Amino acid sequence: MGLLDLFRSHRNKGTAAIAKERLQILVAHDRATRNQPSYLPQLQRELLEVIRKYVDVDMNSISVNYEQDETREVLELNIVLPEAVAPKGQ
Amino acid sequence: MARTIVITSGKGGVGKTTTSAALAMGLAQRGHRTVVIDFDVGLRNLDLIMGCERRVVYDFINVINGESNINQALIRDKRCDALYVLPASQTRDKDALTKEGVGKVLEDLGKSFDYIVCDSPAGIEHGAHMAMYYADDAVVVTNPEVSSVRDSDRMLGILSSKSRRAEQNQPPIREYLLLTRYCPERVAKGEMLSVGDVREILSLDLLGVIPESKAVLTASNSGVPVIMDQESDAGQAYSDAVARYLGEDLPHRFLEIKKKGFFSRMLGG
Repeated sequence: MGLLDLFRSHRNKGTAAIAKERLQILVAHDRATRNQPSYLPQLQRELLEVIRKYVDVDMNSISVNYEQDETREVLELNIVLPEAVAPKGQ
Repeated sequence: MARTIVITSGKGGVGKTTTSAALAMGLAQRGHRTVVIDFDVGLRNLDLIMGCERRVVYDFINVINGESNINQALIRDKRCDALYVLPASQTRDKDALTKEGVGKVLEDLGKSFDYIVCDSPAGIEHGAHMAMYYADDAVVVTNPEVSSVRDSDRMLGILSSKSRRAEQNQPPIREYLLLTRYCPERVAKGEMLSVGDVREILSLDLLGVIPESKAVLTASNSGVPVIMDQESDAGQAYSDAVARYLGEDLPHRFLEIKKKGFFSRMLGG
């Protein structure tokens, strides 16, 4: 290995590690969404509309997860309320 | 009862047809009556890789449509008596590949063969779906490269939900990973995903690792399945994969950098 190669290999070092990390995130996300019922995005939107009538939350503070194992299905709804909860209209 | 194996990947150009030809030849060389079917309607290539392109008279679609019987369409391999090729149609549209038609042909073939190898087209469209629908086993051909790994994972999802086994609540398709175009040198430099990385991401049983090899192009140039080139690393790696598929427990080879001999080092090869 020449001196030039040493510099070159230093520059390229770790792109495989980057690829692996990106893929792990992507594949985990793909798998999570793969088996979800198709109504989930709509459900999330409508829930958000109802909650917004009472509390100011944005799209990112609500998550709807669906999990399935052999015996049961779990629909998990997670809403992060803003710190100072000021009811609307007051 | 024949076992139906689909060779699939999602992504194109990763080595599905090379693998189909090699595995089918490997199984046949071990005495198993094997037929390899090209599902890539409109873009057939298996006949070229198998070296029987000039002997195609009838094809898969002709059989499905009842324009020829199965024995007229099957091409017997000249090198191995146990091996037959069923070519795809080059001209007709893909919709001719119906679920019922494919099912009927596979059922007929199942009476006289031990293994049916289905060479899937790229993508996740109709042809790919038909190739995997009746499968008992799936070989997911993957390159150590981000888009190929992602597409393979996508294909795994389809195998577990859209196959006949899934629809009829039968035991799921057995899925195997075959990693192709592997360069140990680049893995050592951290430039390429390692076999461990890909297995970890896809969590699949590893059927084999085929090293990047000049022998693959040489073999396809002359229409000889690369498994017949037992001098080559790729040919040996495919033989190992066939043995593993049949239940032998072999260590994986060609994962380490080849040690250069004295002369090749001196000559800078």
